[in-house]
Amino acid sequence: MVCEMEKDPIEDMDIEVLPSMWPEDIRDDAGKQFNIEKPGGDEDMLKDVTIPGEHKILDFKRLLELTNYTDQGASQLAYLVKHWEYRQANAVRLLKEELDILSRQRQEVELKKLEILEEHRFEEERYGGDKRPISILDDAYDIWQDVPRRKSDVVIQNKRVEIDAEYDTVIYWKQRAMHLEKLLEASIHREQALMEKLQESINNMEKQSSPVEELSQILKRADNFLHFILQNAPVVIGHQDKDLKYRFIYNPYPTLHEEDVIGKTDIDIFTGAGVKESQEFKREVLEKGLPAKREITFDTELFGAKTFLIHVAPVFSKDGETIGINYMGMDVTDQVRIREKMARLREEMAVRNAKETEMNKTMYITEETMRAKQMLATMSHEIRSPLAGVVSMAEILAQTRLDREQRQLLEVMLSSGDLVLQLINDILDLSKVESGVMKLEATKFRPREVVKHVLQTAAASLRKILTLEGHVADDVPIEVIGDVLRIRQILTNLISNAIKFTHEGKVGINLYVVPEPSLEKIEESPEKSKVDQSTSLESKMKGEKSSSVSQASSDQQPVQVKSQNGHFCQNHALHDKTRNMCESEASADRDNEEEDTRETTVWICCDVYDTGIGIPENALPTLFKKYMQVSADHARKYGGTGLGLAICKQLVELMGGRLTVSSREHIGSTFTFVLPYKVSPICDNSDDSDDLAIMANHDSAVDDITDGFFQFQPHTRGSLFSSNGSSRTQKLLSPNVVYTSINKLNRVAEDSYAFPTNNLRVKELASPEDACSTADAAETSAETECSVSPSLHYECEVDVENGKVNPQGTECRSQSSSSNISRLEEEKGQVDKLTISEPPGSCQGLEKSCASSESTSSGIVEGPKPQPKPKILLVEDNKINVMVTQSMMKQLGHNMDVVNDGVEAVRAVQRHTYDLILMDVCMPVMDGLQATRIIRSFEETGNWDAAVRAGIEQVSSDLSCNSHSPTESKERVPIIAMTANALAESADECFANGMDSFVSKPVTFQKLKQCLEQYLM
Amino acid sequence: MDPRLRQMQRRWTDCRNSLFREGILDDMFMELQELQDERNPDFIVETVALFFTNSENLIRDLYSELAQQNVGFRRVDARIHQLKGSSSSIGAKRVTNACIAFRDFCRARNLTECLRCLQQLKEELLLVKSKLETLFELENQLVAAGGSIPRVQRSF
Repeated sequence: MVCEMEKDPIEDMDIEVLPSMWPEDIRDDAGKQFNIEKPGGDEDMLKDVTIPGEHKILDFKRLLELTNYTDQGASQLAYLVKHWEYRQANAVRLLKEELDILSRQRQEVELKKLEILEEHRFEEERYGGDKRPISILDDAYDIWQDVPRRKSDVVIQNKRVEIDAEYDTVIYWKQRAMHLEKLLEASIHREQALMEKLQESINNMEKQSSPVEELSQILKRADNFLHFILQNAPVVIGHQDKDLKYRFIYNPYPTLHEEDVIGKTDIDIFTGAGVKESQEFKREVLEKGLPAKREITFDTELFGAKTFLIHVAPVFSKDGETIGINYMGMDVTDQVRIREKMARLREEMAVRNAKETEMNKTMYITEETMRAKQMLATMSHEIRSPLAGVVSMAEILAQTRLDREQRQLLEVMLSSGDLVLQLINDILDLSKVESGVMKLEATKFRPREVVKHVLQTAAASLRKILTLEGHVADDVPIEVIGDVLRIRQILTNLISNAIKFTHEGKVGINLYVVPEPSLEKIEESPEKSKVDQSTSLESKMKGEKSSSVSQASSDQQPVQVKSQNGHFCQNHALHDKTRNMCESEASADRDNEEEDTRETTVWICCDVYDTGIGIPENALPTLFKKYMQVSADHARKYGGTGLGLAICKQLVELMGGRLTVSSREHIGSTFTFVLPYKVSPICDNSDDSDDLAIMANHDSAVDDITDGFFQFQPHTRGSLFSSNGSSRTQKLLSPNVVYTSINKLNRVAEDSYAFPTNNLRVKELASPEDACSTADAAETSAETECSVSPSLHYECEVDVENGKVNPQGTECRSQSSSSNISRLEEEKGQVDKLTISEPPGSCQGLEKSCASSESTSSGIVEGPKPQPKPKILLVEDNKINVMVTQSMMKQLGHNMDVVNDGVEAVRAVQRHTYDLILMDVCMPVMDGLQATRIIRSFEETGNWDAAVRAGIEQVSSDLSCNSHSPTESKERVPIIAMTANALAESADECFANGMDSFVSKPVTFQKLKQCLEQYLM
Repeated sequence: MDPRLRQMQRRWTDCRNSLFREGILDDMFMELQELQDERNPDFIVETVALFFTNSENLIRDLYSELAQQNVGFRRVDARIHQLKGSSSSIGAKRVTNACIAFRDFCRARNLTECLRCLQQLKEELLLVKSKLETLFELENQLVAAGGSIPRVQRSF
């Protein structure tokens, strides 16, 4: 019973005392186990577990001190003492209770005894009287009587039953006395047993109640428990005094011996990252007196990079002073690593999600934009075709007799139409670049030619008094590879922009090589020696290969022959001059060698400068933005779509270059773009050797090859043109500028490229023999222009006059027609003279070609009547389209040849001369664009090299008409594209590839008719 | 005029107009009609017949092309381009439109949509074919009965 009771207070005590000692989560199990089981059982449990001694580093002395001096220690002891006292008190209370019970029992027994005695007395008294003498005590005894009676009810009744036998006899009394004696005996026995038990209990209690023993047992159990728990726990437990010297440390994986640690601080023990931090943290806790937790990453020589979660709790003395800290560290390196990894992953995930969202958004936007662009492009294309119809009709209308007011209205109509067309073309261009449809082509071209053509074209439509000039530095290769069409587009755009914003002064192009894509500017005007050198080189080639030149001259059209002659004249003069200046041929050779060693990519910088109104600084940032113009005022004044520069920039960037601008208001602007070009080394090498014959054949190429300077001087127009009132008519006319180049005459041939639409009619007029009649016509035209608008016919003649026959066409125009004629005659005479000086073979060739050209061109001058049977070629792969177009042609009274692809088209052109080619763009084998390029290349060079390169073998010479017909070889046959959709085969691309016009599919009767009317007059 | 003939003429006109109204044909077909004259009396029938022969070949090619393991979308595109060109030349508007949709999916390399488009294209071709056959049949009857084909100008 005592043992049982003992259990409760211990449990109570444990709950009160130990919580701070046990880790919370294991308290239930381990605590119960620990507490319920006897100490011996506890040891049994740990018997198997060997606790390695070295793990335990204990400073017992210190521990004792700690328990004595610290609050915790004191409270711990106080608890233990209290517990012991409590238990003692409890035991005393129990004993007292027991004693009480015993004494009560004894009283009972005594009472019984008295009762029995009294009964006897009552019985005796009954004899004497029936009064009960004890009345006072009766009540008192009654209280006591109840309990024992209840307890020994049975005994009493038994007693009664036994006694019932013979009442009031001696035997009865005897029996009764005996019985009572027995009861008394039993009672005494019981009393004795109880006394014994009590004694035993007291003894037991004495045996157990030693406080020291109990305490040490508890401590032992705690110690065992701690070892059991801590033996594999990755925790370091320590106590450090207020100097942060270790006084106690428990470390399951010690790398240091006890003596290395005790009495030292962290800093004494190890060095490295985190040590100082932990030291400071501990000090902080020490100072603040509040426990704290922190994660500290160590990187020490001792145990490498590890992260510890450290809990530091201050330890107070009884006076409340901090005397040290309890320190507990746990290696959480892996957890930290995982946590950081998780965080990183989470972060990455978030970033990725964000990106994905962004991407989806962008994708959606891009898709939408693309769709919108496609739509815009389609729309634009759809708008362009009818608009082109409107504009061309208006143009035709402009040729009819109109009164002044009508003409003005028409003019507005045309310029608006042109603007809309330009806008649509720009939009199409932009959308092509932006949608990535725009493909760059790598074609060989001559930068000088490009610059010259661009300037020429600009000069042609010039309506201001401006000087246009071009400088191509000597170091610019003769031939480079790039997308000439786009470069031309950029140049044209920039030049027309420059002209638009320049009212006086000049507009020009500088072309020079830059070492890297930087924008260093070289001198604007090329040194004279460059020009000289180039001409000397040219002359050298000419001199050496005079026979081939003369051969070439016989191949040329009369006009070109003449140009060449004129060119020669100039050239020789220069050549002599060069000699006088001691410019030797060696310099040219040296220069060529330099060219040979140049790397394959060359960066050419192009400046387009003007002396115009300039650009205010605040407008520069938005200059290249779409639909941006410097100001609304400018937009009103100068018009334009605001797309030109945006397109230029995009194109330049597409080609891997960059476009920049520098400008000063009221002084001028310079747009500069740097582009990389490939240089074909074969071309450079062959310049002075193998290719000479070929080069000599390209009469126009010869001078372009090395010419570095072009100028188009302003020409003061008389009232002749301004009174005319139609700027458009002027535009259609040839350049109203004087063209003063070193090689004046041979430029003329180039004009044909600038005005392709007029050439067809023009060239046939171009023989010297026609000069007189042309001059007559010119006279007429000049007169006509004074009064009313010229008819298309007159325009042609004027064109001829300026572009072909008269090398100083504009002058001619400004002067009276009679002087014009005289000049023409003079020119003719010169030609004749030169022709005579040529070797006989060449002369013959010339005469022959002249004659042939005369025969073909007869009757043209008289009027715009169409030729009897124009030869038309249809290049189309779709049978149905062929059938329909053929039928339409038949209706229009024409027959035509039909071929099914580009290769066949080229072959057909090799065999026959056509007056018009209708070319489908999208075809198998070879598309229309390539076929056109090949045909154009033939027209320009007179050879089929391009065709051979494309894999089309030359037709045998007896079949070939064009390879032997020099008169026709130079003709530019109008090629009309037939396009089906906007983006892939745009009209721009058609134009850029040398086509003259386009009809959108399906080809309707009206479109075809219009086209034939335009090109087959 | 013979009422029977007039009725036939009206039926022809109705049939023809419905072709335009339903968007099966467009102005281009009118162009063809204008191209047909005494010198070239069977022009339309010939052209249309050529168109259908050509189309059927192309459709067959397209089916075999799209049935292949590795669909040659370029070849498919080229064929659609052909069909688009010829259909627009005879004015078969809905066929042209079907071709455009088809070509877009072809360029997007969307096989399922391509197959759907091909089916649609075929249906459109069959539709225009049956309609035109009806029209030509009416025309033949009309001519056989001694009537003339009315010159219907764009009156729908």
